Amino acid sequence: MSDDHVYMTLAEGHEDDTRWAYGTGFEDPLHGVDTTVPEGVDPAELAALCVALGDDALVQAQRLAEWTTRAPELEEEVALANIGLDLLGQARLLYSRAGQADGTGRAEDAYAYFRDAADFRNVRLAELPNGDFAFSIVRMLLLSSWRLAHFQQLASHPDPVLSAIAAKGVKELAYHRQYAAEWSVRLGDGTEESHRRMRAALEQTAPYLGELFTAHDARDEVVAVLRQVTEAAGLPMPVYRPLPGAGRHGEHTEHLAPLLTELQGVARAHPEATW
Amino acid sequence: MDTELQAHFEATVARDQRIEPRDWMPEGYRKTLVRQIAQHAHSEIIGMQPEGEWITRAPSLRRKAILFAKVQDEAGHGLYLYSAAETLGADRADLTERLIEGRQKYSSIFNYPTLSFADVGVIGWFVDGAAICNQVPLCRSSYGPYARAMVRICKEESFHQRQGYELLMTMMRGTDAQREMVQDAVNRWWWPSLMMFGPPDHDSPNSAQSMAWKIKRHSNDELRQRFVDMTVPQAEKLGVTLPDPELRWNEERGHHDFGTPDWSELKRVISGDGPCNAQRTERRRKAHEDGAWVREAALAHAAKRAAKADHAEQAAHARKETVA
Repeated sequence: MSDDHVYMTLAEGHEDDTRWAYGTGFEDPLHGVDTTVPEGVDPAELAALCVALGDDALVQAQRLAEWTTRAPELEEEVALANIGLDLLGQARLLYSRAGQADGTGRAEDAYAYFRDAADFRNVRLAELPNGDFAFSIVRMLLLSSWRLAHFQQLASHPDPVLSAIAAKGVKELAYHRQYAAEWSVRLGDGTEESHRRMRAALEQTAPYLGELFTAHDARDEVVAVLRQVTEAAGLPMPVYRPLPGAGRHGEHTEHLAPLLTELQGVARAHPEATW
Repeated sequence: MDTELQAHFEATVARDQRIEPRDWMPEGYRKTLVRQIAQHAHSEIIGMQPEGEWITRAPSLRRKAILFAKVQDEAGHGLYLYSAAETLGADRADLTERLIEGRQKYSSIFNYPTLSFADVGVIGWFVDGAAICNQVPLCRSSYGPYARAMVRICKEESFHQRQGYELLMTMMRGTDAQREMVQDAVNRWWWPSLMMFGPPDHDSPNSAQSMAWKIKRHSNDELRQRFVDMTVPQAEKLGVTLPDPELRWNEERGHHDFGTPDWSELKRVISGDGPCNAQRTERRRKAHEDGAWVREAALAHAAKRAAKADHAEQAAHARKETVA
């Protein structure tokens, strides 16, 4: 048939995997980077920081993956997946760095699949269930603003690997924040219902803000974003009511364990398998 | 006039040139295309569900990223295709309504359940492979926007197919349990995949006209044969058995002979009685309904902004006039 040529060029091996954005063709995402921990950097501290930031990203990515086939519009389906993939990519790089720094040589999957909820160090805001689109957007606004401020500082971290991961992440997070800010304004301003849902989301997330600022003091940056967005959206600033406990110390809500059961189930059922 | 337009249209198709959105086209051609493109778009969107179930459960972060990106690509394909349908005067929201009310169809294959992670690999290998066989000829479809969308989609599908096959290769090199999962998934997906090409030629009512219009370029049976011929050596290389005792090479024909799919099953699944039909449309309906307030809010906000911009423009205009 006359399409054979077209077919061959599509289905037969062409070695252009590099055009694939999400790192499929390689095992070690830090391949080729000098991974020696520089003098003056405490390896245990570096590893702990990478794990905590990796956990924040992985847990958020998992929540974003839950939106798949449930988003309010196809454009949002694509955008939420993009953001989830960015965060998943950040988690992978951070776990790999943790494994090098803590001397165990563990690979990314060891951190993601073979630790229990009490060993996870993500902030609790990341693990809360998705709620409605307003809740997910407000959560994204808060976490991306906070993480962006943190990554901007980490871009000049003495560890060259973490600094490179952060520099790459800054660009991604700036987009996440913009996406969330645009939707916050649309929903805050849109209809009575969307306005009511945004107010509720701001109130529900407020108790988890204190924990973010204890982990990394980016209060000024986050409050500035919140102020700008709420003003543009005609929404009230949320009232600050910090909740005791901290995900950074392994204290989690009841929502993390089931999230991990789903994430880890297949991998743990086949511990000898390779995927 | 109409006969002149009709003659021009027919000459364009006969010369293998493209029909573009503003060209005159027969009403039947337009309707057939809208139906076909919409069904294709719906298939991409419903097709996100069976695999999408496994994103949160993928057993490695690398596989999670690959699957997440693949399902995202399907949403993108749905978007291009709805846009192509819109060039023919259709409306995305209306097409979505038709889908969730069961007035328009999607590919029967997505009404089967995904029972293990091996299904993700087998779907990539079989379902994307079958989709490629179906769609590569459509890159030469007579309707320009559809043909161009298909070029992009086929490139991505072929990437997905190789990723699915690579997952299966990896699993076949793994544990016994993994090899069993792969064979089990192959057993379950083989026959439904053959049915993706539609009923046999002697029982395919719309095919002849679509072939004449060059909306469709090959018959269902030709494409099915091509898929079987392509898949058999891949199965051998992988080390799995295709569940068809009649499958064998026919030297004389230069093709593989194979058994007859259970066409009554295809009819049942197409008419809504497959294992997951209700669940698939229900999920789509729920997403659409749950998202209604978000879409309304976006429209309301856009309208308010437009009104503000209008108001500002009028004010600026008034100021200018005062100055003048």
